[in-house]
Amino acid sequence: MSTLVETPSPPTARAVGARRSARVAGLVAALLALGVVSVASLAVGARPLPIGDVWGGLTDPASPAYTLVHDMRLPRTALGVLAGICLGLGGAVMQALTRNPIADPGLLGINAGASAAVVTAISVLGVTSFLGFVWFSFAGAGIVAVLLYAIGGGRGATPARLALAGSALSAALFSYVNAVMLLDTAALDRMRFWTVGSLAAGDPAIVARVAPFVGLGLLLALGVARPLNAMAMGDDAARGLGANPRRTRVVAIAAITLLCGAATAACGPIVFVGLMVPHLVRVLTGPDLRWLLPYCAVLAPVILLVADITGRVVARPSELQVGIVTVVLGGPFFLYFVRRRRMERS
Amino acid sequence: MTDARLSGEKLTLAYDKRTIAQNLTVAIPDGSFTVIVGPNACGKSTLLRALSRVLTPKDGAVLLDGERISAWPAKRLARTLGLLPQSSIAPDGITVTDLVARGRYPHQGLLRQWSREDERVVAESMDATGVGALADRYVDELSGGQRQRVWIAMALAQQTPILLLDEPTTFLDIAHQIEVLDLCADLHEQGRTVVAVLHDLNHAARYATHLVALHDGRLVAEGAPGDVVTAELVESVFGMPCRVIDDPETGTPLVVPAARRKAVA
Ligand SMILES: Nc1ncnc2c1ncn2[C@@H]1O[C@H](COP(=O)(O)OP(=O)(O)O)[C@@H](O)[C@H]1O
Ligand SMILES: [Mg+2]
Repeated sequence: MSTLVETPSPPTARAVGARRSARVAGLVAALLALGVVSVASLAVGARPLPIGDVWGGLTDPASPAYTLVHDMRLPRTALGVLAGICLGLGGAVMQALTRNPIADPGLLGINAGASAAVVTAISVLGVTSFLGFVWFSFAGAGIVAVLLYAIGGGRGATPARLALAGSALSAALFSYVNAVMLLDTAALDRMRFWTVGSLAAGDPAIVARVAPFVGLGLLLALGVARPLNAMAMGDDAARGLGANPRRTRVVAIAAITLLCGAATAACGPIVFVGLMVPHLVRVLTGPDLRWLLPYCAVLAPVILLVADITGRVVARPSELQVGIVTVVLGGPFFLYFVRRRRMERS
Repeated sequence: MTDARLSGEKLTLAYDKRTIAQNLTVAIPDGSFTVIVGPNACGKSTLLRALSRVLTPKDGAVLLDGERISAWPAKRLARTLGLLPQSSIAPDGITVTDLVARGRYPHQGLLRQWSREDERVVAESMDATGVGALADRYVDELSGGQRQRVWIAMALAQQTPILLLDEPTTFLDIAHQIEVLDLCADLHEQGRTVVAVLHDLNHAARYATHLVALHDGRLVAEGAPGDVVTAELVESVFGMPCRVIDDPETGTPLVVPAARRKAVA
């Protein structure tokens, strides 16, 4: 059989190595982009600021721009980075877990669980502060994750069953959210801002509260990248390679819960980023989650911040919520992208 | 009987309540090219899954090196015994190199994600299976024969002395079937113990050094193909009358189904 092979082994090995260097370089470039966009997010807004004033506004309490940059745009930017990490990673892990390319943080019902808990908090318990939402959001996400695992088959969970259970939970919970908002117009008003998804409420206290959850979710997600890679070829193949699909599923759902709970709590259910970013990133990295996940964690915040900045600029002096911008700009772009990919491939 | 690192002792294999095999005892002779044959749904894949610990037996035990396989640490097991399941999914948009690289899983860890050694073994495995020239191609664009060789390259990259392959030749045309079987025979000759489920009895007889015939979850015959493949056995296992003659190429048994109707002139 080896007589069939004309290429000796060194070129093959070199090709394997070269691709790796390109991926490292790409990740560095993505981090630089995140830096640039973060600075832009501090400088650009309904009230534009010369780039020179940004540094003063960030560090010097005496600067006239301090309130704007340090107290408002900095937490907003930090929240955008955290939410972006959550949405991008959450979507990518969800797509891998369910082997479903259209999975996003909405699909498994975890966002719906978080929303339902927040509506309940507003309408029934009278909670009004964003800080209060955080705990309810996590509790809702956590309860749904446990339900999902139980309904999805527990130890015998399969990707298809998880996706089905998630859709069912999602539908039921969103009906509940809608019902509450219809019946309680006061809650509706308070919810409206939140349900669209906005970074404008960026508050250092919220950032500090969700950051540890995001950090833990990030670690768990990166930790299951390898076993999820193995599971992409089927559970039998994964076990044959020495992976543990059951344990991996539990850890992956825990990661998704932390990430989606944090994102939903901090800025409401921002849709589309979690679906779109993993698809875009897959073009750069291929399906290897050891690369895909870090790229998503860096590029999703870039896209979210760009959307947020766009929202601040296009409707001056008012602004558009980031959740609207991601849908309006992301939707058509994503359709174009999917169409082009399909034509290339066929 | 020769030594067997891998064996199943008095296995009861079942899915939920449905029992597939009872009191099944098999040994895989070391250094053999063992081929498992039997009619559809007789439990060949189930046996292979049990031998690789993907399926836990309801009763009995699979032994590897004298130890219950359930007691083996997962990674060590995966460095000893490789499995190519019947239904493996190639992730969407994966390249040949990346798929083969996934075979390195049991040699990696959280802190050792990739090494020069991995790189070398992946390249070697691709070259050994003749897919080195396809390194950057997408797996879903390959022909069936190429794809099957890529999957075998992945199993090779796992670097296990024992290799279990479930129907490696299904869905291939005759030339590619022979190509894949020759590849398996090469791997066997290099010193690996190879276990394969095959559908074609004549291929099994030609390539196997040890043949295992299953029927309804029972082991009906095992041994050298020349001893196992008889007209009686084929009739009792597959329910098909036939003649067994010598393969004019190799001298191994050749099963010729009995004609039930006259040839179309
Ligand atoms: N995951 C499963 N759950 C339930 N039954 C199964 C499963 N896999 C296989 N079976 C059943 O077990 C029997 C043996 O299957 P299998 O070992 O795949 O046969 P084969 O010899 O064709 O490889 C079949 O009747 C099949 O329907
Ligand atoms: Mg089978």
